[in-house]
Parts: sequence; structure tokens; C-alpha cells
Amino acid sequence: MSVTATIHIQEGDFDVAQEIAALTRGRTDIGAVVTFSGICRGSENGAPIAALMLEHYPGMAEAEIGRHADEALSRWPLQALTIIHRFGRIAPGENIVLVVTASAHRQAAFEAAEFLMDYLKTSAPFWKREESEKGASWVEARDHDDAAAARWTKS
Amino acid sequence: MKVKYFAWVRERIGVAEETVEPPADVRTVNDLIGWLSRRGEAYAHAFEKPKVIRAAIDHAHVKPDAVITGAREIAFFPPMTGG
Repeated sequence: MSVTATIHIQEGDFDVAQEIAALTRGRTDIGAVVTFSGICRGSENGAPIAALMLEHYPGMAEAEIGRHADEALSRWPLQALTIIHRFGRIAPGENIVLVVTASAHRQAAFEAAEFLMDYLKTSAPFWKREESEKGASWVEARDHDDAAAARWTKS
Repeated sequence: MKVKYFAWVRERIGVAEETVEPPADVRTVNDLIGWLSRRGEAYAHAFEKPKVIRAAIDHAHVKPDAVITGAREIAFFPPMTGG
């Protein structure tokens, strides 16, 4: 049975419990579900932020995440996979991103979720802009995110 | 071809997308960055550090030496910060 990833690029919020339930409902072949939720922090380097504004590249965001989802499905024995990434204005405490991986055993689910998050950080066409009292500024990419993604290409 | 800009590249240039018709000797992504940079101060500012600029052709990441012939849509943007 071939597994198809569920991918949503959306402005609205999502419910983590509902997404897990949707993935596992009526199934007895899944023994492990790993979820990663990315949540908007209320401060950055000690300075409070009012919100994040996430810009994205419609069309490419779906295509790029789809390519990495396909790669995850080919590298790990996953039974199901859901990826949700929000765009628009996101306030502290709100969800930004969700990865849910399901497998028969935990290792594949853990590894695939980590792989997907590392690639979402560096390859998915989204850009964060922080809004604070001082104004708004684009978040800079971090070298350690590139390093985290690069380790998956080592043989 | 259609060219799209995102994040601070878009802000500096002042438009989100436009249609351009570069001359035939503009063959690669790098050539296109050079050609766009000569269109005015806003473009020169956006592309002042070509090494930090990322590019995509038809919704897929490409390197600066990628050939743009036949591309429908080329996008320029800073390193991504999603997730």
C-alpha cells in the first residue's frame, strides 16, 4: 500500500490532537506516532516580540514540502504523514508548523520527523518577519539550521 | 518570463512580481541577477550581495549557474526561515 502525505499550507490554526486522530483512526498497523509542533515564542534574545508575519511562496511551498515528504516516505517505513505550515500573522503562543509521522515502530517516526523539520527550516520557501515595539525586521537564517539539514545527506 | 521576489528582496525592489525579457546573452540565474542589478538603484540594493540570494526556477531551488532558458517563472529570495 503506498502512503500519501497530507500537506496543508494554510493561514488558519490547526488542532494537534485532531490531526493525530485523523491519522490513526480505524488503523491497527500504526505502533508509533511522533509529532513536532513549532510554536511562536514571545521573545527573541530577551526582547519581547508582538507577532511573527510569515511570508510564503504559494505553489513552491506545496511543491518543495511535497518533494521532502516523498523523500521521507522513501527513506523510512512510514504508515502515514501529515505536514501543516501556516502563513500570515502569528501571535506568541500560536502554532506555526506541525509534522506528524506514523510508523509501526518509533525509530522511523522519530527520524523522519526530525529529517522533515530540518528541511522545512532550510528549504521550504517561508520567511519570518518579527514585529516588536521597535518595528519589524526579517529573521536571519541560522548556520546551525543549515548544518542540521546537511547531516541527512551524509552517507 | 515572470520574475517573483520575496521577503526583503521584494521590499527592496518594490514589486512582488514582474515580466521581464532579458537579452539572449543572459543565460544563467547569475546572469539574470547581474542584468536585473543594472535596472536601477532598488535592484542594485536588493542584489548587492549575490551570495546570499537564493533562486528557484518553476518552483524548484536552483544554483546560480542554472540555465534560465525555457523558464516560466524565476524567483529570488533570501535564505529561508520557515519551520
